Amino acid sequence: MKDLAKALPWIGPAVALIAAVVLFPVGLMFWNSTRDISQSGVDDGGVGLANFATVIGFQYFWPILGRTVVWVVVVVGCTLIGSLALAALLNKAFPGRRLVRMAVIVPWASSVVMTTLVVHYGLEPYFGIINSFLVDVGLISTPEGYGWTRHPGTAFAWAMAVAVFVSLPFTTYTILAGLQTVPGETVEAARIDGASGPRTYFSVVLPQLRGAISVAVLINIINVFNSLPILRVMTGSIPGYDADTVMTMIFKYMQNQRQIDLASALSVIAFLVVIVIVAVYVRVVRPLEEV
Amino acid sequence: MTAITDSGTTPRKATRPPSDSRQRVRKYTSDQVPLGSLLLRLLAGLVVLVVFLLPYLIMFFGSVKTKAEIRSVDPTYFPTEWHWDNYVTMWSTPETPLAQNLISTLVISLCATLLVLAVALPASYYTARFRFPGRLFFLFLVIVTQMVQPAVLTSGLFRQFIALGILDTWAAMILVNAAFNLSFAVWIMHSFFAGIPKEVDEAAQLDGAGTFAVLTKINLPLVWPGIVTAVVFTFVASWNEFAASLVLLTTAGNQPLSVALTKFVGQYETSWHYVFGVSVVAIVPVVILFMIIEKRLVGGLVAGSVK
Repeated sequence: MKDLAKALPWIGPAVALIAAVVLFPVGLMFWNSTRDISQSGVDDGGVGLANFATVIGFQYFWPILGRTVVWVVVVVGCTLIGSLALAALLNKAFPGRRLVRMAVIVPWASSVVMTTLVVHYGLEPYFGIINSFLVDVGLISTPEGYGWTRHPGTAFAWAMAVAVFVSLPFTTYTILAGLQTVPGETVEAARIDGASGPRTYFSVVLPQLRGAISVAVLINIINVFNSLPILRVMTGSIPGYDADTVMTMIFKYMQNQRQIDLASALSVIAFLVVIVIVAVYVRVVRPLEEV
Repeated sequence: MTAITDSGTTPRKATRPPSDSRQRVRKYTSDQVPLGSLLLRLLAGLVVLVVFLLPYLIMFFGSVKTKAEIRSVDPTYFPTEWHWDNYVTMWSTPETPLAQNLISTLVISLCATLLVLAVALPASYYTARFRFPGRLFFLFLVIVTQMVQPAVLTSGLFRQFIALGILDTWAAMILVNAAFNLSFAVWIMHSFFAGIPKEVDEAAQLDGAGTFAVLTKINLPLVWPGIVTAVVFTFVASWNEFAASLVLLTTAGNQPLSVALTKFVGQYETSWHYVFGVSVVAIVPVVILFMIIEKRLVGGLVAGSVK
């Protein structure tokens, strides 16, 4: 106890900040999810689990949930494959490698909103530069494009592409860090045994990357699941609920409909999903083992 | 940790004879590279370079076009006339008070960074140096905080800040950004403090230095790279924050650039050249900052789990 009292001045402020801005809102969110809160913010009493029933009973709930799964699986899957290739390249020596590594960082540092805005502009009918390029190389026949940003399906697909693009840097750098720990001896031994390049990669290097890959994938799953800005920009102006994920739906409840009780209920569901992923992370990665 | 910080070896070193006596993990590259595969790598590197820079090049070229040119039906890849004056006129566009948005972004990010530093520095030092009951629980809490993001808690934060009377204030977003970036700062600085041999501290203590003096005079110079990394990361993350700002800041002038720029989408005639001008101004500084801490980014994010 005396030790704890001595530690308090050092870690107290950090604990207080986490308690006030992370833990307390979690509690408040759970509480609000069981209340009836008017659009002007007045608490009209407890309603048990009625808000959850309303959220799950919403006719688009299951499609939205399904789309969220597609969103996470496709984005994280494509990011992983792309990052494995990118990291393999960046781990090899070639002139200008440092420059390429720096370029890969750019989407990571940049505002996701701003990166998405460029793509949104590029897909505008007639004057969008991506449409124009696709016409110039002969992939599409009219600069009208396909009204990519007007239809939920195509806008969602482009949003996934943007999500992969902005997720690549972190995943690539994590796998690259993992590659640095692969001992050169194991690779050389495989070569001497006559294994081809791809064979060496898949049966010697890849298994040793398991740790780095699981870290990258789990953190990525959380980031992609929680992602709002890309869909907000790409599909936010499309009426209806045909391009929504759980996260964009929470913000629609909060902002468009001003139903903070329903938003809280859906947030609680999303929060529980996040906690499950965190639990998997702590079990698989064991981040506290050597501290 | 060492493996991560060792990542930036230049290709020149790879061609040195293997008799290089320094002890370090040998990299997964062969020393003799045939010219053909070297050219192939160069080509692949060039493709990667172009793909990753392309959106930002489009942004830059768009930012100096006239409104007529950027909205013309047959779009140009490069500007026909370079209108640098866009960078002056864009601040007084009617959609949103961009100058105020820039100030908000700056104030929120700077204050959040200072707050994180003030809170995380002592915590990371103490947890790296001393054992105490609840230490592991504290570090566990920090990891969980890193994985829970503000987006999923916004509905709670919204009600909480109304009750506290700080909804739609800079203070609200300073607190949110500080709290959610605390974990990165604690982890990265923790790993640096943990890397300093305890004997260094003990020697100083024998000379009569107190805990605080040991921290400021002996440790700080050694953990400087960790502090820089924590500061830069927090600043950049706060600079780009979107989800919480969208809900917690309701007055146009209080909002950061990330939120302000979304207002241009769906306008009858979007001033894309201004959107891109502001984006360039907002992106260039943080990209440079990120390049400074490039080699240490992963260490703070994965909490030392890639060894």
